[in-house]
Amino acid sequence: MAITLSGSDTIPAPPLSARLTTQQVWGILLLVPYLLVFLAFVVYPVGYGLWLARNPANYVALYNDPIFARAAVNTLIFLVIGINVKMLIALFLSGFFAQQRPWIKWLSVIFILPWAVPSIPTILSVRFMLNPEWGMVNHFIFSLTGDDGPNWLNDPTVALTMAIAVHIWKSLPFWTLILLTGRLAIPQDLYEASEVDGASPWQKFRFITWPSMQMLYVTCTLLSMIWTLGDFNSVYLLTGGGPADLTHVLSTLGIRYLRLDQLSLAMASIVCAIPLVLPLMYFMMKRLSR
Amino acid sequence: MKLPTLREVGTEAKLLLIGIPVFIWTMIPIYHMFLFAISPKEDAFSGKLWPDHPTLHNFHIVFYQEHYFLRDFWIQFWNSTVIALAAGALTLFIATAAAFSISRLKVPGGRWVMNLALFTYFIPAAFLAVPMYRTMGNYGLLNNHWSLILAMVTIASPYAIWVLKQASDKLPVELDEAAVMDGATTLQLFRLVYVPLMMPSLVAIGTYAVLLAWNEYLYAFLLLSKDTDITLPVALGNFLAADDSPWELLMTTGFIYALPPAAVYYAFKRYMVGGLTAGAVKS
Repeated sequence: MAITLSGSDTIPAPPLSARLTTQQVWGILLLVPYLLVFLAFVVYPVGYGLWLARNPANYVALYNDPIFARAAVNTLIFLVIGINVKMLIALFLSGFFAQQRPWIKWLSVIFILPWAVPSIPTILSVRFMLNPEWGMVNHFIFSLTGDDGPNWLNDPTVALTMAIAVHIWKSLPFWTLILLTGRLAIPQDLYEASEVDGASPWQKFRFITWPSMQMLYVTCTLLSMIWTLGDFNSVYLLTGGGPADLTHVLSTLGIRYLRLDQLSLAMASIVCAIPLVLPLMYFMMKRLSR
Repeated sequence: MKLPTLREVGTEAKLLLIGIPVFIWTMIPIYHMFLFAISPKEDAFSGKLWPDHPTLHNFHIVFYQEHYFLRDFWIQFWNSTVIALAAGALTLFIATAAAFSISRLKVPGGRWVMNLALFTYFIPAAFLAVPMYRTMGNYGLLNNHWSLILAMVTIASPYAIWVLKQASDKLPVELDEAAVMDGATTLQLFRLVYVPLMMPSLVAIGTYAVLLAWNEYLYAFLLLSKDTDITLPVALGNFLAADDSPWELLMTTGFIYALPPAAVYYAFKRYMVGGLTAGAVKS
């Protein structure tokens, strides 16, 4: 009798439930570090920032600030034109890098460099290249035509275009790599079958590549838009927002207000971007949290 | 040897027509930086493609801190290193613990925490910087390295948790069950089963966080200001304060600053590509 009792003691039911709770206690304990970081450096700043931005007078001030309107337009140009151009090039180049050639393999190793090196020195390098007097670009133009080249960063349209180019230079390798991964995941026999049917390269792209990649492509575009909203370096280090504060985007404008000690204005300018950011965030959360 | 057909030559030519511009486009800013680093000032400003008198003198000036803008070079280099490593280690610790808890221990509410982290991941970094600056001021951390370390941890850990959770979801549950059956405690499960199996992803995430912190400009420039506290990218930005900046020294310092992350990236490329992009593109 005693033996059977002690035997039933070893049936794992009660210890298991006890273990489950210790496991759960551990589970909660292990989440605590992240939750602390989240509370102290996300919830508190965001809440505090929104509280600072509550005064409607801030929005009136923004509305009356021509720099804000210009920055909002610049941001839209940056996102709508810049990102789409970048993603189209990335889509095209992912097809190029999918070719099996030793030299293309080597080129892909070099191609990733802009992504692997920090952006500050390379952006500053471009900045000097565009220097009207001593920059390499204008030296080159002079040696070809005998005329002085344009003052690149002194024209707001050209300066913003250059900032977009710098952004593309920096992040094109990353997106090309992602799209290349997607492209290489397409089963090769689909292409072989279409080859037998005599499909043209365009038809292969249209009916095989694009249908399998379109979801990835859209996700990448939206993700890139979110990140680009937070791209401060490309504009700030190249143009500094100039000339005459005409090339600011929302991220540099927020920091500009902050530097001028107008924190609530800075927050208000960011709050104005929320209608743009939230749908993107919602879509991305739905895509990634599965 | 078989001669290539006309069609093959044509394809190769078309590929080269894409490849050569891609190569030039990629290399120009980097080559320009390198060119300045090996040029004396007069050569650098003359727009030549190769200096008449290539020299390593600029590196000498940087390493011996022989210029006003560079007088704290080594301290700044040290600051960058410490902050990057500390942010990497802390991110790794926080994210591994959280991913283990959510994915393996199936803690109640874990999915919720994952969504909070993802939400943070999608806040544009420059937007969060504004309230973060004031928050660090309120905490009394401004001009303290911890402010930058913690800011970097805040930015790096959401993606870290997400990637690690995706990776640990792929480990078979039977492993945990077998270990528990053998009497392993939760901590032993973590230390002896989970961490060794997750090593490739942990290397990738650690590298990601270190590089993120090493490369960060905006937060460093907002949160730190004293010349002996700032990191290298802020010091590079400060060169622009003068009208007659020594650009050849700026580019030399930038070149030195860009070397470690590039080396780390290529050294860990195997992990980076497998561990990070696979997570990013899962559709």
